[in-house]
Amino acid sequence: MSSPGDSRRTTARRRETALFLLAVPALLLLGIIFAWPVLRLLAMSVEDGTLANFEKATLDELYLYVLFDSVKIAAMVMAICLLVAYPVAFWLSRAGRWGVALGMFALLLPFWTSVLVRTYAWLVLLGRNGVVNRWLRDAGLIDAPLPLLHNTSGVLIGMVHVLLPYMVFPIYASLLRIDPDLSRAAEGLGAPAWRSFLRVTFPLSLPGVSAGCALVFVLSLGFFITPALLGGGRVIMVSMLIEQQVREFLDWPFAAALSTVLLVATLAIYALIGRITRGARHA
Amino acid sequence: MRRRRVSQILLGLFAGLVFLFLLLPLAVVFPISLSSASYLQFPPPGFSWQWYQRYLDDPSWIDATIRSVKVASLCTVLAMGLGVPLTFFLVRSRLPGVRVLDRLAAAPIIVPTIILSIALYGVFARLQLIGEWYGVAVAHTVLALPFVVILVSAGLRGFDEAQEQAAAGLGASWPAIIWRVTLPQLRPSLVSAAFLSFISSFDELVLAMFLSGASMTLPKKMFDNIMMEIDPTIAAVSVLQILLVAVALGLTSLFGRGALTTTITR
Amino acid sequence: MELSVKGIVRRFGPVTALGGVDLDVAEGEFLTILGPSGSGKTTLLKTVAGFEIPDEGRVLLGGEDVTLAPPRRRDVGMVFQNYALFPHMSVAQNVAFPLEMRRRPRDEVKRRVIEALRLVELEGYGDRLPRQLSGGQQQRVALARAVVFGPRLLLLDEPFGALDRKLRESLQLEVRRLQRQLRLTTLFITHDQEEALIMSDRIAVMDKGRIEQVGAPGDLYAHPATRFVADFLGESNLLDGSASAGHAAIPGFGAVPLPAGQPDGGVTLLLRPEALRIAADAAAMPCRGQGKVLETVFLGQSAKLRMALDGGGEVLARLPLRPSDPPPAREGETVAVGFAPEDLHVVPRG
Repeated sequence: MSSPGDSRRTTARRRETALFLLAVPALLLLGIIFAWPVLRLLAMSVEDGTLANFEKATLDELYLYVLFDSVKIAAMVMAICLLVAYPVAFWLSRAGRWGVALGMFALLLPFWTSVLVRTYAWLVLLGRNGVVNRWLRDAGLIDAPLPLLHNTSGVLIGMVHVLLPYMVFPIYASLLRIDPDLSRAAEGLGAPAWRSFLRVTFPLSLPGVSAGCALVFVLSLGFFITPALLGGGRVIMVSMLIEQQVREFLDWPFAAALSTVLLVATLAIYALIGRITRGARHA
Repeated sequence: MRRRRVSQILLGLFAGLVFLFLLLPLAVVFPISLSSASYLQFPPPGFSWQWYQRYLDDPSWIDATIRSVKVASLCTVLAMGLGVPLTFFLVRSRLPGVRVLDRLAAAPIIVPTIILSIALYGVFARLQLIGEWYGVAVAHTVLALPFVVILVSAGLRGFDEAQEQAAAGLGASWPAIIWRVTLPQLRPSLVSAAFLSFISSFDELVLAMFLSGASMTLPKKMFDNIMMEIDPTIAAVSVLQILLVAVALGLTSLFGRGALTTTITR
Repeated sequence: MELSVKGIVRRFGPVTALGGVDLDVAEGEFLTILGPSGSGKTTLLKTVAGFEIPDEGRVLLGGEDVTLAPPRRRDVGMVFQNYALFPHMSVAQNVAFPLEMRRRPRDEVKRRVIEALRLVELEGYGDRLPRQLSGGQQQRVALARAVVFGPRLLLLDEPFGALDRKLRESLQLEVRRLQRQLRLTTLFITHDQEEALIMSDRIAVMDKGRIEQVGAPGDLYAHPATRFVADFLGESNLLDGSASAGHAAIPGFGAVPLPAGQPDGGVTLLLRPEALRIAADAAAMPCRGQGKVLETVFLGQSAKLRMALDGGGEVLARLPLRPSDPPPAREGETVAVGFAPEDLHVVPRG
């Protein structure tokens, strides 16, 4: 028999061991099917011992352009989502039972529906002879069909549609967490409704805004299907470039370099947005 | 007071328009799927079940559907079987490294799917797993795990641990405590997590494009169809998918008692 | 001894929650652990229940060392602060739970659940869910669940904290009746001294991870062993003075006689507020002084006076009142104040 001190420590430690054993299968899966393949891919970019692939990815005008374009589109999607989502989230946070039920239905049904189904629907809606153009023409608002598809606006519409719930939910959540007595107190202390919103409600909802922005930006930066289908070849995002390098040119090291750039940009922007909004909260 | 009411009405109107924008694309596929025209035409000139007929008669559509159901089922089983125990560890362990592992479990959401896809493409090609349905399911499990962890950890954090102490004090062993006391109270989160895992796999395209090879999943088949011909068969398939999601959503809100929305709104 | 706790030490990082606790509880005894929050009483309870493993020391139940035994092997019934009823199980399922875990035959389970619910006067509530019951009813279900399997020891962790005063008082008496009827060895935790005085056979007063004193309620009240106990249990005047030749010099009262055998030097004396008399009543008292009334508080059956003594220092006096009595003194008035020396208690300095 070991000394009593030992057996005590064992008893206390047994819980940690048991908990860790629970996690082992999942961690193995994440290691083997996620972390290791991704790291291996990233390592391919410097397989030849030089940084030539990174030079090509970051200095060549064509690729630089695509990279900037991707960031631009992601930023626009984020901005549109924020402007649209905040009022919706605010309305939801003040809505009654049926309003919330309706809102949740309208947000969750598309959220769960395949991106492909939705993208297909936008093709139907936005085409030259699509539903929207026909309505507008029938209403006499336009003469020639608007170019809504196979360009940036088509991509933006499709992406905002996919990503909007990711912005609404965190903002709604942070609005719900605010004690309603706070804005009542502010108004009781003499602040008009809009000032109590600006000084009390809005600053307190910033954690949700921050989370939503970071999530939407990061997801749109890596978007693939929607721009590929709605951009009609005229909008190229980094993810499409990566796919092309692998599929058509079999240039794995270069695809790996592009992936590294995309991943680093993603993580950097994710961290940056978190910092900016955290700074704003303290201001 | 009056100004306030006006601003509230405007806000409600805006929210209504946004909801319309969200639901419009789903609504538009219903009439198209019932169109009698042989190509995409809106509004449809007449009514017909022909596109549903074509979907049901085409073995390649049916094959793809069955394959997707198999993939999504295995993915759900794996994601739940691995993810729920993982969540217990992530929420309850006091090990210093647990936060790093928490990040690792959430990382598949942040890392662009295209990167994971080509990374796995290289590995799977070497292991000759391309085209195997279970390979796709395992890859989808990586994407479903973060959802399971997020949903179940929300439930687990809201769970009063004194209940487990009470059960232990009343004579229950650990397996009995987890099975009789903890998991039943997590049921809403578990149901939501399972449905979400299933749907996320059933809808997933990017990984499937690279890994499913010639044996296509339903989204891959739809993608090819959109790229090549766009006939209303795809509208019929889309309607079936929307209905599936609506049913799953209904069931989840029935059995999940709002765990999904409360988690999303966390 | 049914429960023996020997030399328990529990540290959390730099904090010592329990610094060497010894405690014995006899069979059928109701022992209360009384202490302010942070005194370590909950940690001690968890150690007895098996939710905490002590760093040092042993826990004996019926003579058997259970220090390292998991909670389910201890046969200890516990009522939690918020009851910890299982919300997804009915009242009957909750009460049946410990019996099922012990694999009792089905008809025995049924019979004992009904008995236990009758004991807490909740017959007919078996099919309800806990959330359909009031706070007091939930508390009784928790109690039934904790005693239904015939535990060796019953632990109560501030079970009345969430209830309003009236309900609390009736449940206190009910728990005491049940405990006597079942002859259950009971360890009860509270920070409420009044509750401790009402319910206990003995009280153990805890502070800063140590037990200050153990004794019967009346004994603790009259003869506190430490300054902390004197101060924590009831209201008190603690007078510091110096002793010489069997007398102590106390500011405001002069020299007062001390019990025999008191050595010379610094001394702390406890004088309960109800031992003091004022004005005409003070004249009959052997020890007298004079002071100005700073504040009077009317409490119904008594009045409380805060006074500044002429010789320096403040005392609290509690004077019994009959309904027809006028207020004993006005604020600002200077009155005589006195007490009998046998009401003084010397608090050991430790």
